[in-house]
Amino acid sequence: MAEQIEVLTGNAAAAYAVKLAKAQVIAAYPITPQTTLVERIADFITKGELKAEYIKVESEHSALAACIGASLGGARAFTATSAQGLLLMQEMLFWAAYGRTPMVMAVVTRAIAPPWNMWSEHTDALSQRDSGWIQIFCHNNQEVLDTVIQAYKISEDKRVMLPVMVCFDGFEISHTSENVKVPEQRDVDDFLPSYDNDLIDPEKPKLLWNGVYPDDAFKFKMLFSEAAQKSKDVIDEVHKEFDLRFGRRYSAIEVYGNPDSEIILIAMGSVASSAKAAVDVLNKEGLPIGLIRIRLFRPFPTNELQKAVERAEAIVVLDRSLSFTRGILSTEVAAALYNAKRRPTLFEYITGLGGAVVSHRSIVEAVKHLLPKIREQPKGVLWMKAGG
Amino acid sequence: MVTINELTDDEFLLKGNSSCAGCGATMAIRWVLKILGKNTVLVMPAGCVSVFQGMFPASAFGVPVIDSSFGAQSSISAGLAAAYKVKGKKINIVTLAGDGGTGDIGLHAVSAAAERGDDVLYICYDNEAYMNTGVQRSSLTPYGAKTGTNPEGKMEWKKNLPLIMAAHNITYVATASVGFPFDLMRKVKKAASLSGFRYIHILTPCPPGWGTAENLAAELGRLAVRCGIFPLFEVEKGKLTLHKVSSRLPVSKYFEVQRRFEGLTEEQLKYIQSRVDEELAYLEQLEKITSKVSKAE
Repeated sequence: MAEQIEVLTGNAAAAYAVKLAKAQVIAAYPITPQTTLVERIADFITKGELKAEYIKVESEHSALAACIGASLGGARAFTATSAQGLLLMQEMLFWAAYGRTPMVMAVVTRAIAPPWNMWSEHTDALSQRDSGWIQIFCHNNQEVLDTVIQAYKISEDKRVMLPVMVCFDGFEISHTSENVKVPEQRDVDDFLPSYDNDLIDPEKPKLLWNGVYPDDAFKFKMLFSEAAQKSKDVIDEVHKEFDLRFGRRYSAIEVYGNPDSEIILIAMGSVASSAKAAVDVLNKEGLPIGLIRIRLFRPFPTNELQKAVERAEAIVVLDRSLSFTRGILSTEVAAALYNAKRRPTLFEYITGLGGAVVSHRSIVEAVKHLLPKIREQPKGVLWMKAGG
Repeated sequence: MVTINELTDDEFLLKGNSSCAGCGATMAIRWVLKILGKNTVLVMPAGCVSVFQGMFPASAFGVPVIDSSFGAQSSISAGLAAAYKVKGKKINIVTLAGDGGTGDIGLHAVSAAAERGDDVLYICYDNEAYMNTGVQRSSLTPYGAKTGTNPEGKMEWKKNLPLIMAAHNITYVATASVGFPFDLMRKVKKAASLSGFRYIHILTPCPPGWGTAENLAAELGRLAVRCGIFPLFEVEKGKLTLHKVSSRLPVSKYFEVQRRFEGLTEEQLKYIQSRVDEELAYLEQLEKITSKVSKAE
């Protein structure tokens, strides 16, 4: 297995993955910071490097609707969006998930207006946590490429048949270049079988998605939730198989630094990259701080998280999202730990909204500020000072 | 031409569906599917048809149906068409939506599909209001008609959707009426023989929504054409052909049998008559102009 090392932005890494996955129908509408991703795909198609139909839609609502049609027609579908575009898709997000149409969407995270702001924040993707999509957050460009390929395998698994969002921060990942190992086509072909869908067959006509009475509706929701539950096993399997084939290990959560630390930071996306650097600095100074990076947000890795914080005194969530007064990641973490045998104290930091810089220095400072107080009762949500 | 002898006995809109008595849309869809046959998939949004097709696990259709969200029908069809293209599958894709689904909530996506030239036959069944939700005004509700959301009668003119579609320079645009079933079927057959985006706009009278007797859908479909209110025309490769009505009836003939138009004043009737006359004259001009354009080519 040979891999080519390329210098790629996060958006380019996603586009390469779409090409390697041999997506057959792309439907997308431009929005910053997603644009260079869908432009790169158009470029691949124009040069004949990717054989796919590219539907230039008039809105994101239609982008996702077209992917639903394509997926039903038996084609591997891809779209990408950010912020307002994701919100415009919302109706179709539920349709894709509860309609059980496999597909992959890159969500290049961006703050939701107003005020207009094109920089990263996780509120857009996290606001869709109830839409029925599997949601994976990446923290570097290699992970973006690998995850898009994995996402198709997860999505199309007959036990799952659910759409997958691959989320990564606008600009910090989408427009920043890194060395990325690009796998060979034949290895990806071996890893990812081709997709088809034979639901629409004039020889065996079926009615899809018409009205159902309450009892049937209830059963459908249960079936959906069973598949959502099973998807966790499939995701773990796909992570293992990917590691065996490509030698890169991913898991629902990533534990960084000393797992037995008294204080554990919890973060997602590029915030976790800064947090890793912060942990290195703090550990060097002899402060026992660890980090849990949440990679899988839906289904939420409750068991893994409970286990990983078993010995911690305090956890500090660095949340790049806002739901009224609290961060969305914090409330998920709190919910996941409610039934844990032992619950550490939860400190909540709101950070990096609207693209405000979350540097390792600001995290170090925030942690040091908390250190003397970690045995006290937290006094509400804290807002982390932005800046380098 | 389509004759009764060549029509299949097969039914693809099945008996026992729960449409209202005398439903014009049911008539139109039955004929459309008789022409297109079994190798067809329907993509349709919320609307009368999505309701009367039945509740799970029942189905009133002998062809596959994809129910779409309201307004997404064109884009789901676009994705399906793209998938069939890459997969080499040959199945007729028919997008079937009402006037509200086409002219209001779905117009952006219909326009985009037309502009792209998606390989789809789009059928709009126009019953001139949101009927399955209990008769509310759409942009295609005609002037003067009363609905639940304008009980005093609509004060705006009906949106001319077929001409909007024709302005997209698509393969084929036609208007049809359930009052003229063989003309309707001829147009469906013609559209089916072409590729690219094809649009047929069918007037489908709705007895409960229009406040008429249940046996009047076909008659109203004829009257709408004979009074010049719903002109029948085709636009193929930019060339408009108007089906002339030999002895046009006054518009009042159409209004007097429908309760939705109750209370129209003499002045309003005059206004309607003069606008209908103008619109017909406009279509005649368009026919002349576009015939020249075609010759110049």
